[in-house]
Amino acid sequence: MAKAVKAKINGILLTVPVGTTILEAARNVQIKIPTLCKHPDLPPSASCGLCIVKVKGSNKMLRACCTPVEEGMDIITHDPEIVDIRRTVIELILSNHPNDCLKCGRNNDCELQKLVADFGIREESFAQFLKNLPKDTSTNTIVLEPQKCILCGRCVEVCQDIQDVWALSFLERGIETRISPAGDIQLADSPCVRCGQCSAHCPTGAIVEKDETNKVWDALQNHDKYCVVQIAPAVRVAIGEAFGFPVGANLTKKLYALLRRLGFKAVFDTNFAADLTIMEEASEFEERLLAGKRPLPLITSCCPSWVDYMEKFHTDMIDNFSSCKSPHEILGVLSKTYYAKKNNIDPNKIFMVSIMPCTAKKYEIGRSDDMFASGLQDVDVALTTRELARMIKQAGIDFNSLPDEESDSILGEYAGAGVIFGATGGVMEAALRTAYYFITGKELNKVEFESVRGLKGVKETEIEVAGKKIRIAIAHGLGNVEYVLKKVREARNNNQELPYHFIEVMACPGGCVGGGGQPYMVTDELRIKRAEGLYQDDRDKQIRCSHQNPYIKRIYEEFLEKPLSEKSEKLLHTTYKARPTYRK
Amino acid sequence: MYTKTILLKDTALFQEDRTKEFYTTLLNQLREAGLHDEVQVVRVADIGVYNRGIVLKVLPDNIFYADVKEEDIKNIINETIKAHKIVDNIHLKHEAKQIRIVLRNCGKINPESIEEYIACDGYAALKKVLTEYTPEKVIEEMKKAGLRGRGGAGYPTWMKWKFARGVVSDEKFVICNADEGDPGAYMDRSVLEGDPHSVIEGLIIAAFTIGAPKGYFYIRAEYPLAVERIQNAINQAYEHGLLGKNILGTSFNLDLEIRLGAGAFVCGEETALIASIEGKRGTPRPRPPYPSVKGLWGKPTVINNVETLANIPVIFVKGAEWFSRIGTQTSKGTKVFAVTGKVKNSGLVEVPMGITLREIVYDIGGGTISNKPVKAVQTGGPSGGVIPVECLDTPVDYENLQKLGSIMGSGGMIVMDEDDCMVDIAKFYLKFCVEESCGKCAPCRIGGTQMLAILERISEGKGKIEDLAYLKRIAFAMQKASLCGLGQTASNPVLSTIRYFEAEYKEHILDKKCASHKCASLATYNIIQEKCKKCGICQKNCPVNTIAGSKEEGFTIKQEKCVKCGRCFEVCKFKAILKG
Repeated sequence: MAKAVKAKINGILLTVPVGTTILEAARNVQIKIPTLCKHPDLPPSASCGLCIVKVKGSNKMLRACCTPVEEGMDIITHDPEIVDIRRTVIELILSNHPNDCLKCGRNNDCELQKLVADFGIREESFAQFLKNLPKDTSTNTIVLEPQKCILCGRCVEVCQDIQDVWALSFLERGIETRISPAGDIQLADSPCVRCGQCSAHCPTGAIVEKDETNKVWDALQNHDKYCVVQIAPAVRVAIGEAFGFPVGANLTKKLYALLRRLGFKAVFDTNFAADLTIMEEASEFEERLLAGKRPLPLITSCCPSWVDYMEKFHTDMIDNFSSCKSPHEILGVLSKTYYAKKNNIDPNKIFMVSIMPCTAKKYEIGRSDDMFASGLQDVDVALTTRELARMIKQAGIDFNSLPDEESDSILGEYAGAGVIFGATGGVMEAALRTAYYFITGKELNKVEFESVRGLKGVKETEIEVAGKKIRIAIAHGLGNVEYVLKKVREARNNNQELPYHFIEVMACPGGCVGGGGQPYMVTDELRIKRAEGLYQDDRDKQIRCSHQNPYIKRIYEEFLEKPLSEKSEKLLHTTYKARPTYRK
Repeated sequence: MYTKTILLKDTALFQEDRTKEFYTTLLNQLREAGLHDEVQVVRVADIGVYNRGIVLKVLPDNIFYADVKEEDIKNIINETIKAHKIVDNIHLKHEAKQIRIVLRNCGKINPESIEEYIACDGYAALKKVLTEYTPEKVIEEMKKAGLRGRGGAGYPTWMKWKFARGVVSDEKFVICNADEGDPGAYMDRSVLEGDPHSVIEGLIIAAFTIGAPKGYFYIRAEYPLAVERIQNAINQAYEHGLLGKNILGTSFNLDLEIRLGAGAFVCGEETALIASIEGKRGTPRPRPPYPSVKGLWGKPTVINNVETLANIPVIFVKGAEWFSRIGTQTSKGTKVFAVTGKVKNSGLVEVPMGITLREIVYDIGGGTISNKPVKAVQTGGPSGGVIPVECLDTPVDYENLQKLGSIMGSGGMIVMDEDDCMVDIAKFYLKFCVEESCGKCAPCRIGGTQMLAILERISEGKGKIEDLAYLKRIAFAMQKASLCGLGQTASNPVLSTIRYFEAEYKEHILDKKCASHKCASLATYNIIQEKCKKCGICQKNCPVNTIAGSKEEGFTIKQEKCVKCGRCFEVCKFKAILKG
C-alpha cells in the first residue's frame, strides 16, 4: 500500500500520509474547516455536522473529521452551498441553546460563540427549543449545565474512553438526548473522580469548574484574614495562554508579583512542598525496597483524581499507595503550623489559597480528616488556572508588563525536582534523583531520566540503583492504568516477581500540564510545550534534587525532624479507604 | 397419493380463527366427492393475504380464493378441483403479476419443519456452494445475479461480500439485519416467521463467502414469533449438520446466535446495529470505515437484510442467469412490498422489479377501497417520499424511485386517495423520524424537530409563506449534514410532498384550509339551516359555548371562539352541520 496519497483541496495539490483526514490535510494547506465536535485529543464523533465538504464525483457531502483523504480526491471545503449548510446547522444548534452568553462561564472563550461570530449570525431564524434541565453542582468541583450542551460527545468520550471512569453518558434520545451520569443520578453519586477533563474538552459552557473566585475576593478584603497563596508547577507554564504569551512560557516570577498585587500577604510555591513530598516518598520507597515494610510496588498518590479512582476501582492497591499527601496539602498544613508559628500569626487567620491546574483539588481539600491536620482546614480554597486568569482580568492588572518578583522564603524555595512534578513522569524522575541518593549515598552524575519523559501512555523502564534493577512504570490518563495494574495483579496472584517497583500515575493525559483546570483546547502539542517550560525551569536551577534544597534541610531541622518522623507522619501523610463507585 | 393441496388460512385475528369448522366442512365435502385421497388440506400460519376473511390457495394451480364462505366449497370442488377452472366471484387475482422468490415457501411449508424446507430444495444451494464453489466463485455468481440489498439503499450484495472477503482478519462476522422498523412494513417478519430456513441458508452462504465463523441474527424483540422460529430453525440446522463444526462434512464452521433489538428504528442502520450488538448505545458512527472493513468489534462484518438473504438460495439453485433475467437493467429480481392504505387488497406482494406502480396499485391492489381516485403512493417508509398519481406508470426500481424523490426502502407502500392530506402525511412520517432520531448529530436531532414544529404550525393554520423556504433550507442541511441514513432521508416525505403538492401547502398557509379535512384546526363548522331541526343538541354539547341561538330562532356557530373540536358535527343527528 502506498504510504502517501495525492489529492486536491480547493484546487491546491497536496500529498499527505495514508489515513490523514480531510480536516487535518486541509490545515496543511492553511484551510480551517469549522467543527464543534472534533477535538485533536479524541477520535471523531462526527456529531456536529459542520465539517462537511464536497468531493467531486459524490453527490453526498462528507465529514472532513472522519473521512481519510484518498488518492486523487478533489475536495472543496468552502463554497456558498457548503457555507450556507454550515450556517443553517449553527442556527439549528443555537435554537437549542440558551444563548445567555453574557452570564456564561465560557463567555469570550466558547467555541460555539466564536463560530456564531465568525458566521455573522445576526438573527434567530428558528423557534427556540430549550431543554429545561437543572444544573448539577453536586461535586463542588465541576458544574454540569446540560442545558448548554450541544451534544458533541467530547466529555463522554474523554470520560469513558480516555479516563475509563464512565461517569458521563448520554441519556434519552432524539431532541431529549442529554448528558448525565448513567441512571440519571447526580454526578457526585456517580463514579466521577473530578478530573475535569470533561470541562477541559467541552466546547461550550455546559461543563465548567465551580467558580470560587468570590470566596477568594472576600477573604482578600477581610482584614481579619491573613491570605497566603501557592501556585502549582503546571500553572506557571499555562496561564500565559490566557494573556497571549507563547505556549509554555514560564511566568513563575510574574505570578509571584501578581499574587502580591492581588493582596496576598505571602506567596509560596507548591514546588517547595513537592520537594518535601519527594523526601517523604523517596524515604518510603527506600523503606519498602530495603526493609520490606509494606508492599511494593510503591504507587504515587499526589494526584487526587487518581486517589479517588483507586479508592473506587482499585482498592486492592491501597497498601501500595504512598501515604504521602499531595504537595499543595503539605504546603497548606505547613502554612498553618510552621509558618504561623514562626511568624507569630494566629493560624485561624491564615487563609490558604492553592492555584492549581486541577479541578479535583477542590475536592481534595475536604477529602478526609487528614486534610485538617493543622487542626484547621489546611487549604481553604483551590482555584484552577482558569479561575486565576479571570481574577487577574477582574483586578485590572496588566499581567503582561508586570515586573518579576521572588517568592516568600522559605515555603517558596524549590529545587528543579519540584517543578517537574507538573509533567507526566516528573514525580518519578524527581523521586529517583533522591531515592538514588538515599539508597546509594551517592549523587547522580546525570540527573535527567529521559526514559520517563514524554507523552507515551504507559512508559516502562528499568534503572540500576546500587546494582539493583529498579523497574518502573508511568501511566497518565486513567485509561492507561488498567494495563499497569493488571500486570501487578497477575504477578501477585501467580506469586511471580513483581513487574514494577515504583509506579507513577497522573489522571490527566500529559500529567498536570494537561490538567482539567488548565486553559482550554489543550492538544498534545501544547502539552509538550508546557512540559518543556517546566523542564527548562529545572535545567535553569542550580539545585536540581529535592534533598539538596537547603530550605528542605532547614524545615526538617527546625520543624519536621526527619522524613517519616512522627511529626512528618502526622502532618504530611494520609490514609485511604475504599469508597463506593456509586453512592446510594 | 395427493395430487392437489389446499392451503387454508383465516386472515382475521388468531383468536378469531374460523377455519376450524370450515376445515371440517371442506374435508367432509371432499370425502363425499371421493377426493379425500387426492386432495390434502393444510391449515397454515401465513398465506400472504390479509384482511380478506378465509383465504384458500389451491396448489399446484396456484389459485387464490379470498373471503371464502362455506357455500363456496361446492363450487371450488366442482370447478377448480375437478375441472381446473377458476371460480370467479371469490378469485383473488393479484397473484398473476407476482413472482414468488422471497416468499416462495411462506404459507406453503411448515416453518417449524426443516424436513419440509429441505423437500422444497432447501439447503440445496448451500450444498452446491460448499461442494462446488470457491468463495470467489460465489461472489462472481452473485455479481452475475445482480442482487442488491433489500434493506433500502440497494447496495450490490456481491460488493459488500467482496470487500469483507478481501480484508485479512483473524475474525469476521455476518449479521442478518432483522430490525424491520418502517411503519406498515412486515415483509421481513413474514419471511422470518414463514420461512426461517431460507434466511439461515442465505446467511450461511454469506458467512462461507467472506470466511466468517460467527454470525448473528439481530431481530427486534417485538417479533417474538420470528425469534422463536429462527431459534427453532437454528437448532434444527445444528442437528442436521448445517451449522456448527464441519458443515456438510467440509472444513467450514459457523455458529449462529440471536441478538434482540429493543425496537429503536435507528438500530436498523448498520453501524448503530453493530453498536447495539456490542452492548453500546445504539447510535451510528461515522463511515468510513465501513462495516465490511471494520464492523462488529472492529472486525470485517457483512450485514444483510432478511429479504436479501432469502433471495440467495434461489440464486444458487436456479442460477444467476435465471435470476438476472427478472427485473430491470439496474435492479434485478423481485421486491416484496407491503401494500397498505386505501387499497382494496392490502397485503404482501412480491413483484418483479420494473413493474409499474399502477400495476401494483390497480391490478394487484384492486384500486382504492373508496373507489375514489388514487392521489399518491408513498414508498420507502419514513425515509421515502410521496409519488403522485401522474407518476404511477414509472417502472419500480431503485433509480427511478430515487429520481421521483422517494426510495425503494424496505418495501412499505401506502396508497392514498383524495381524503389524505399531504401536509398531514408529511407530518406523520417526519414525526416518526423525529421520535426515532438517536439524538447524536445536530442536523437530524434539531433539524427534524424544527421542521416538525413548522409543519405543525402549518396544519394549525399558523403557517407563514416563508415557512416553505425554511422547510426546504433545513431539509437540505439535514440531507447533506446528517450522519446516517435516518437523518439524511428524514426530510424526504416533506420535500416530496412540497415538490408535488405545493399548492396544498399553500392552501393550508394562505387560505387556512385543508381540503381533505384531516387538519382538525383548519376545519370550519357551520349549520345548514335547511337541515337543522332546531333541537339544540349542538348548543348543549359545545364545550366553549360558541353556538348562539335558541330552539325558536335556530342556531348559528360563532367562528371566533370555535375550537374545532367537532363535537357539534358528531352529535347532530340530522347531518345539519357542515364541516368545511
